[in-house]
Amino acid sequence: MPPSPILRTLRLTREVAGEPIVDDVTVTVRAGSVLVVTGPSGSGKTSFLRLLNRLDEPTSGTVEFEGRDYRELSPRELRRRIGMVTQTAYLFPGSIAENLRFGPLQRGLDLAQNAVEELLNQVGLAERRNENVSHLSGGEAQRVSVARALANQPAVLLLDEPTSALDADAKDDVEKLILSVVRRNELTCVMVSHDLAQAARVADEVMIMRKGKVARFGAAREVINAEGFLC
Amino acid sequence: MLKVFFANQIALGCAQAALTSLLALAVTLLARGRAVHLEKETVVALLRGIVQITAVGSVLVLLLQGPAWTSVLLLAAMMVAAAKMSAGRSDGLPGSFPTSLYAITAGAGSVIALMTGAGVIDTRITSLVPIGSMLIANAMNTNSLVLNRFRAEVESHSGLIETGLALGAKSTETVRPYVQVSVQSSMIPAIDSLRSLGIVWIPGLMAGMLLSGARPIYAAIYQFVTISMILSSSGLTALWCSLLIRRSVFSPAEQLTLRPRSSAAIAVRSRA
Repeated sequence: MPPSPILRTLRLTREVAGEPIVDDVTVTVRAGSVLVVTGPSGSGKTSFLRLLNRLDEPTSGTVEFEGRDYRELSPRELRRRIGMVTQTAYLFPGSIAENLRFGPLQRGLDLAQNAVEELLNQVGLAERRNENVSHLSGGEAQRVSVARALANQPAVLLLDEPTSALDADAKDDVEKLILSVVRRNELTCVMVSHDLAQAARVADEVMIMRKGKVARFGAAREVINAEGFLC
Repeated sequence: MLKVFFANQIALGCAQAALTSLLALAVTLLARGRAVHLEKETVVALLRGIVQITAVGSVLVLLLQGPAWTSVLLLAAMMVAAAKMSAGRSDGLPGSFPTSLYAITAGAGSVIALMTGAGVIDTRITSLVPIGSMLIANAMNTNSLVLNRFRAEVESHSGLIETGLALGAKSTETVRPYVQVSVQSSMIPAIDSLRSLGIVWIPGLMAGMLLSGARPIYAAIYQFVTISMILSSSGLTALWCSLLIRRSVFSPAEQLTLRPRSSAAIAVRSRA
């Protein structure tokens, strides 16, 4: 029996200044799968991702999360359940541990020290919890950003080109790390990438966007082959 | 030197106004040489300033002879005008006019009412209106600084603010550091005025009091009283403004609605 859908967009549309930047997108994301959203610059990939955790409001259409219209949840609860890692790792001033504790603290929970260590182990930054984030490299900052999103125990992880701002070595490391974290925590993952090769490495399913619309959607191998890129 | 050429006081005033305006325009031209363009704003401000103060001065002569309640109307009108001008400084920040009106009324208005009730400000219209207007004008400046700084802080930290939102933080919590910075920086002029009182500047009110026969020590103490009131009303205005404005940059679904203009321009270009 195939896994149940965890996210479903229904004719999702967002217009800015009368122009559709996400146009009538209906897709289903299965629980535990990795969906890579790709397409040329300005095709609406990031705009689509921002609609999934309601950082932006759809002009029409909606999203179902675990079978419910996501507007039935408070935006704060929705964002806790659907975590996000952005292209640039925006870390709050302070230590690595303080960054990891930020999310749970918003619900009045103090993340225990062993929980912080466990998260840092997962992202390869063990024993560095007290280090100030201003001393971190780009790759390390992105690892902290992933661990911080995990601290909220999300069901879905949204990744907006998480490796595109990194150098080649860090890019490989962070990509492998994200994959291992997603599999280990049985997360559903929606990842924006402009790189079809990366999509071939990590995706179960691929969605190609052009001018805000879904140009192709399906199993990774089929979609990528149809685009003329051999897996 | 001008007094040699103008025996009539009105003509002398006009000549002095023309000379000082020329000086201000010369400074604007110097700024233009450094690629700082203030020409239009300066010309409009100079014209508005001379027309407004002359018109209000003429009306005040009549109003200052009226009953005491007239001062309430005058001060209320000043607060509305101050809120409108201050909101204009926010560069389109949503809800800036009602925010400014509430903040200036709550800040300057409450200090004026409290101090008049306590007998610190004389209830005579000739005292209440000038001192009240000083408090309102300074509250307006503080309010403008809060709005302006808050907008700039939010625009330059939109990534961190949205990161906080994406981690489930309350919208007001994500802008708390920028609210604090805005209030602190907006209070610098009022605090510096008090710190430098008598050393760097002597307020015109003191000279007026001396001319009208007040004892010099009392006139000096009253300057401190006035500047202290300005500090209080500015502080209250800044706090009210910051409390009200922090919600204005978010939608009801806790989405940041104020985006950096540069990134918006990039988005438009990339679409084109």
